[in-house]
Amino acid sequence: MPAGFITFLSSAIPRPILPRVIAGIGRRTVGFLEGFGRFGRFLGDLARGLADVRTWGGLTVVQMRRLGVDSLPIALFIAAFTGIVLALLASYVVTSAVPRYLVGTLVGKTMLLELGPVLTGLALAGRVGANIAAELGTMRVTEQVDALETLAYNPYAYLVIPRVLAGIVMFPVVVAFAMAMGVFTGWLAATNLLPISNAEFVHGLRLYFFPFDVRYGLIKSASFGFAITLIGCFLGLTTRGGAEGVGRATTRTVVYSAEMILVLDAFWAVTLLRQ
Amino acid sequence: MIEFVDLHKAFGANRVLEGFSLTVRDGETMVVIGYSGTGKSVAIKHVVGLLEPDAGHVAVDGRVVSALRPRELTELRATIGFVFQFAALFDSMTVAENVALGLRRRRTLGEGDVAQRVAESLALVDLAGTERLMPAELSGGMRKRVGLARAIALRPKYLLYDEPTTGLDPVTAAVIDQLIVRTREALGVTSIVITHDMRSAYTVGDRIAMLYRGRIRQVGTVEEMRATTDPVVRQFIEGRPGRGGRAAERASLMTAAGAAGEEESEA
Repeated sequence: MPAGFITFLSSAIPRPILPRVIAGIGRRTVGFLEGFGRFGRFLGDLARGLADVRTWGGLTVVQMRRLGVDSLPIALFIAAFTGIVLALLASYVVTSAVPRYLVGTLVGKTMLLELGPVLTGLALAGRVGANIAAELGTMRVTEQVDALETLAYNPYAYLVIPRVLAGIVMFPVVVAFAMAMGVFTGWLAATNLLPISNAEFVHGLRLYFFPFDVRYGLIKSASFGFAITLIGCFLGLTTRGGAEGVGRATTRTVVYSAEMILVLDAFWAVTLLRQ
Repeated sequence: MIEFVDLHKAFGANRVLEGFSLTVRDGETMVVIGYSGTGKSVAIKHVVGLLEPDAGHVAVDGRVVSALRPRELTELRATIGFVFQFAALFDSMTVAENVALGLRRRRTLGEGDVAQRVAESLALVDLAGTERLMPAELSGGMRKRVGLARAIALRPKYLLYDEPTTGLDPVTAAVIDQLIVRTREALGVTSIVITHDMRSAYTVGDRIAMLYRGRIRQVGTVEEMRATTDPVVRQFIEGRPGRGGRAAERASLMTAAGAAGEEESEA
């Protein structure tokens, strides 16, 4: 940057403000780097905890039920209404110049490729991510995590790995059910509320169906499960400051998870869909 | 033996420990007193590796805690019981599951022996028959006793108590004090008790150390501490108001300066 420009900036900004701005930038930079370092350390501890299979093995099954099976109702509820709306929207878009069976195509493609994984992911970011952050955050501020360590447990093997593994394994399962539910309610809406026959809908559904679509949706949802549980565990375990801190960690988890889902959605589209 | 050697610890700009040194001999109960927020709990968390020192070290039986490998640290923790200020019981587990957690981790006892050890430990803290209760169903005093039962179930060599009587009514606090004494007699453990409850300190302690401004201000037997002439320690143990002992310290300096002045004028 030219020296003249810096001089101009220095003279343009009132004196008392400049040091505060610089100090503020410095604080934010340090804060960012500290957060980055904490996350790096968290990942290192997580990797070390993987060796303690005897601890996380059994607990993972418990978490698979809590994170996966218990999330099915909300995922199916969202998918059911999404399928209905999709069928009606597709019918609204399809004009007389376009074959009506494309309603089935649009419902199938959209549920499998995008709305099934993303809407379920966003819902689970709230349900699962917030739950993990609140639970681990409360354990942290009430010294339960410290107690685990003094009882010679590795908190990463006991608390984090079971949740992350359960997220990776169970999110695709939940999303698979959500996809099926969305397509089913789309078919119900199309055949009962619209002038589309069962044969037309199924024809459209099959016409552009590729097994890759299902794989794509499930890979994406596994990455969502990984991101949501990891963020929840990290922010939960690094909670400071009592109930307020737990609330802050929970809110951040939901916000960061939702953002991460959209980033990963774009990432997988660029990586796997670009031809 | 537990040795704190020139321990320094800061959290951001807040320097909590600044040269904290103390030796706890085998078999004794050392009580560490001091104002709230002066780093008493911070100091004992170094013993089990929950915190790492910025400088100095803590050694347990000659082994420097911060230099231990994860496996060695796990082995060390198996010899130390930690009773947390608010018990830190696991909310989703029953009393028996809480007490058994450390035993199950060790995998040295069968389930029958674990159940027996749990019952013994609960009996030792006068909570026999509470195995199936949840922590939410317990009073504050009972929670602390379950926390103690969890710590002694492992038959530790060392017991660390973080403010065991804080928040309890005087009678329940006296019960906890008795338990600490009884546990020491029954198990022969070496203990560190963090407290600012002087009645408790006099009851359970063999020696008392006062932490002030990040370092030990004075250490001595109960009798020595009762008879101390240090104004800061006196103010604390007598519970006289003042700003963290600063008033007493200032008064002490003024007295010393006055005495020096008198000596000079006499000369």
